[in-house]
Amino acid sequence: MTQLASYRLTTRTRTGTAAGLAALVLIAVGIVLPAFVSRSVIQDLFYILTMLTLAQLWNLLAGYGGLVSVGQQAFVGIGAYAMFAGVILAGWNPVFAILLGGVAALILAIPTAFFVFRLQGAYFAIGTWVIAEVTRLLVAQWKTLGGGTGTSLPREATGSILGVDAIRALFSVREAAARDILAYWLALVLVVAVTGGIYWLLRNRLGLALAAVRDNTEAAKSVGVDAGRLKWAVFLLASVATGLTGALIFLQTARISPDAAFALTDWTAYVVFIVVIGGIGTIEGPILGVIVFFILRSALADYGSWYLLSLGIIAIVVMLFAPRGLWGLISSRSGLHLFPVRRRLAGPKIEGGH
Amino acid sequence: MILVDTLVQGILLGGLYALFAAGLSLVFGIMRLVNLAHGDLIVFAAYLVLLGVSLLGLSPFVAALLAAPIMFVLGWLLQSAVLNRVLGKDILPPLLVTFGLSIAIQNGLLEAFSADSRRIPAGALEGASINLGIVTVGVMPLLTFASAIAVIVALNAIFYQTALGRAFRATSDDTVTAGLMGIEPKRIFAIATGLAMVVVTVAALYLGMRANFDPSVGPARLLYAFEAVIIGGLGSLWGTLAGGIIIGVAQTFGAAINPEWQILAGHIAFLLVLLVKPRGLFPRAVD
Repeated sequence: MTQLASYRLTTRTRTGTAAGLAALVLIAVGIVLPAFVSRSVIQDLFYILTMLTLAQLWNLLAGYGGLVSVGQQAFVGIGAYAMFAGVILAGWNPVFAILLGGVAALILAIPTAFFVFRLQGAYFAIGTWVIAEVTRLLVAQWKTLGGGTGTSLPREATGSILGVDAIRALFSVREAAARDILAYWLALVLVVAVTGGIYWLLRNRLGLALAAVRDNTEAAKSVGVDAGRLKWAVFLLASVATGLTGALIFLQTARISPDAAFALTDWTAYVVFIVVIGGIGTIEGPILGVIVFFILRSALADYGSWYLLSLGIIAIVVMLFAPRGLWGLISSRSGLHLFPVRRRLAGPKIEGGH
Repeated sequence: MILVDTLVQGILLGGLYALFAAGLSLVFGIMRLVNLAHGDLIVFAAYLVLLGVSLLGLSPFVAALLAAPIMFVLGWLLQSAVLNRVLGKDILPPLLVTFGLSIAIQNGLLEAFSADSRRIPAGALEGASINLGIVTVGVMPLLTFASAIAVIVALNAIFYQTALGRAFRATSDDTVTAGLMGIEPKRIFAIATGLAMVVVTVAALYLGMRANFDPSVGPARLLYAFEAVIIGGLGSLWGTLAGGIIIGVAQTFGAAINPEWQILAGHIAFLLVLLVKPRGLFPRAVD
């Protein structure tokens, strides 16, 4: 029996460790990057990182939690508006006001969850969408924040953002460029925290429970998984992080309107396409998806609506012929898992033949 | 008087929403398919009717009559070539495919017809009204409401009095057993979607004649339609009409209080109904 003690359950693989090291290197490169690249590259990277964050969060909801929400723009919008309210009404520093975005998203998420969790499947999707519309219409009534036309962050607030002066001195750039660098760093922090957090969740008890519920709800319940509480946890976590991301996105643009902040296309349709094309239900999928998405966007930028037209068609084709997305194709051919979550028994090889 | 007037206008508006919703209700009831492109398909059909009117110089009603078989074939093709492949226990694939379709149709229309808002010219019908003693109602809203009733009566007749309807109901209740009885579910689904697209053409006719439309208005119509279907309950077409009327009345009363609250009031009525009855008012089929 003492022999058994040397066996342990692990999710670690050699590829996983290598990918983890590569990720650390990438993060380090990402931190020092503003010293070497132009402002437009930083802006593009900001967009990529925030879209990746939203994609990972939607993937957590739909791919792992089975919660197909079409209303994530509600949390992007309310987070952004809460940040603006903190700056304009309470005079907070915009960087701290981002946290307000997370709080506001949580406050919206609790009643939303009470409501939409009563609905099943398709009803759930439509329910989240209606809630997002209601939130947009209500926010548009908020006259001090510009009502239906929206408003901008006041100059004195954008001029005194925490850390911008230090960045200006460090890279000797203009104030606007320094603000972009700050937003980019915050986006980097957010995407690392969200991706890392989701990976950590999946490797822990919660992830095991999530996988069990996704694969067979009844069987999971019978072994003691509280499926209802799990859904709540996933929904609230994703909402808060989506709210923070929304606040950060609109800190960078410094201008807000209900139509932009609660845009179905920008904050849900694109995000869904990124996840579907990359591969739903994997951490690698959204990363691959956002790269494909950005390449398509750059390649087709001059063709206006053709870009979205082809994005829609690509999503349909992927869903029809490769339902696990591009990453699904790659990993089923090569057996590659950069973020392994499968539990394996590791230990000394069992000697046979005695 | 204003109260009665608002109520009547709301009920008539509900007719339009019921028209938007009837095709969706049919498809949703039979195959539990959530077609997120439904609103964009209505807008697509409206452009088809507009082409008939502006290029061929037809009356809108004749143009719709010509557009209907085209839409039927498109619906049939869409179902057989695309949607049948993704239908299953998991609702995610059909949801994502129709979402992709929605974005593709919107931007295809944008490319073909630009973002300018259009209207199907309806001639003398546009401003005509009838005095009913207590209230004066527009001929167009009245015609819309009558069409909604006619569509629902026709669909119910197909549903409950024909062999095709029996096949519809059988596949709706239990696809596998229906298959054992010699019904080919995929063929039935294709016909159902084709039929839904005919209803979509009728909805498009009134959408286009009553108000301006442009390629981006689809999702809002989809939302009203879905609310009507859900309020009414899965698989009940009269329930869908009731759902449409509830939303229509809520919207006109909301607008009477403050024009900015029109849409909001409709959504809130939907949320309230769902809070009390999560499966809608008159569900026929079990989800």
